[in-house]
Amino acid sequence: MRKQTEDRLILAIESSCDETAAAVVRNGREILSNVIYSQIALHTQFGGVVPEIASRKHIEKINQVIEQALQDADVTLQEIDGIAVTYGPGLVGALLVGVAEAKAISFATGIPLVGVHHISGHISANYIEHPDLEPPFVCLVASGGHSHLVVVKDYGEYEIIGRTRDDAAGEAFDKVARAIGLGYPGGPKIDKLAKEGNPEAIHFPRAKVAENEYDFSFSGLKSAVLNYLNSCQMKGEEVNRADVAASFQKSVTDVLVEHSLHAVKAFGFHKFAIAGGVASNSSLRAAFETECAKRGIEFYHPSPIYCTDNAAMIGVAGYYEYKKGVRHGFDLNAVPNLQL
Amino acid sequence: MKILGMDSSGLVAGVAVTEDNVLLAEYTTDYKKTHSQTLLPMLDELCRMIELDVSTIDAIAISAGPGSFTGLRIGSATAKGLGLALKKPLIEVPTLEGLAWNLWGSEGLVCPIMDARRNQVYCGAYEFVPAGESFQMQTVLGQDALDIRALIQKLNETGRPVIFLGDGVPVYLKEIRELMQVPFRIAPAGNNRQRAASVAALGAVYYAKGRFVDAASHQPEYLRKSQAEREQEEKRCATESDQ
Repeated sequence: MRKQTEDRLILAIESSCDETAAAVVRNGREILSNVIYSQIALHTQFGGVVPEIASRKHIEKINQVIEQALQDADVTLQEIDGIAVTYGPGLVGALLVGVAEAKAISFATGIPLVGVHHISGHISANYIEHPDLEPPFVCLVASGGHSHLVVVKDYGEYEIIGRTRDDAAGEAFDKVARAIGLGYPGGPKIDKLAKEGNPEAIHFPRAKVAENEYDFSFSGLKSAVLNYLNSCQMKGEEVNRADVAASFQKSVTDVLVEHSLHAVKAFGFHKFAIAGGVASNSSLRAAFETECAKRGIEFYHPSPIYCTDNAAMIGVAGYYEYKKGVRHGFDLNAVPNLQL
Repeated sequence: MKILGMDSSGLVAGVAVTEDNVLLAEYTTDYKKTHSQTLLPMLDELCRMIELDVSTIDAIAISAGPGSFTGLRIGSATAKGLGLALKKPLIEVPTLEGLAWNLWGSEGLVCPIMDARRNQVYCGAYEFVPAGESFQMQTVLGQDALDIRALIQKLNETGRPVIFLGDGVPVYLKEIRELMQVPFRIAPAGNNRQRAASVAALGAVYYAKGRFVDAASHQPEYLRKSQAEREQEEKRCATESDQ
């Protein structure tokens, strides 16, 4: 890669959960490399992410992943302008591996260090494939650990207007998947099975939260699914798993779409984006495509590779922080419950 | 030959730099702050104090376990990041060997013990055997996670005097006093916890023997599986014995 003098290259590192990832990003928008070592197979046998196993795998893989990212981008460390690293939220032991590694590289090379919020990364993933997208807009962040409705006021400036009161959307997918015997990770498996089912077959509740019209609640829905499965078992009826998956997914989708588009209208924006692992759910995407088109709202979503945990998105968010002059010291710590 | 030594395997965080047979600087804290916030700032400060350009270091000696899982990884990730950026090798110094090196030249057995929780200690036993103008440290009991009583029994069986050190000593002092049948001594402050200087000095010995690794391939030796894996194995054993 030939670097122009005005180019700014960010080396990004992400290790907040079960993906060890590194990427090189040019000028906040162009992905020169995006390396992800996924541990999913390792955690499947435990039915979910085991923090200690994730942390051990991170330390084992992190140098290879970073070296691969530099090699794929055809750059050397000397050409890097900033090192961006996820420092929260996430699993503390997992985060610490990336943070300690990034700090050491920054110390040894003198390259400035920029700590990045994981959710800011997910939201910023939308900038990668949409050069025209600029703030302000409304973004729905939905993943295994998060369900947030966010007003993106400017690069790196957020106002959370809605959040989940209990389970995250992705968590509900995982739990329902387990209940109908699909296993972990639940999201893609339910998405696939739902294609064979009837979304209107069973009516599951669409929860509203009284105090805040933008907040979510998915634990009632999860219980409703479990109750339905139980009652079928009691009555000796056979469960149509595809129908359960499709109806459950429809219920989640309806709530996410309604709350999100209500917010877009209320705040007077014409742009809406989704981010996070659940954003790669095909039914959710299709619903947003249709509903946004109806209302004349521009709809943005990242490709699945940028929806999953990755470092490219951290590099994008990190670039805008870097440009603002944000720098972190060698005492940067992992913050498992970091607020946006 | 300059070696950077680091240890964050327990409550102590330490960094040190040796050059040939000289300790240029050592910085040790045993305080509640997390190693994530202390280890690298300490190294930064140490380099400034001795005007050290960190890129002139030849190798990084890291206390490589056992110890606190998170503590070990903070040290390992720091060492790996430095190794990656500086293109320098890592020397993996087993934590208990580093501790034993604190009492270089002692007679009898040197027995470092670290509190491993769940009624166990990470421990080993070492002896110093004269070798020319120096001593060679030899392993009598290799590092292991043991019940303190099992360790004491093994030590009693050797019939040799023992010096204890490590953060497991205050935790199991009662058992040591009650059950040790051979003479024993307890090491004082300054020598009784992890020291990065010992990690660097012993690291130099290993380096000379060609015992170093690429930064990418290093990972800590935990001596224990994760709780989830242990529970899974217990379940598997239980099911097998049922059948």
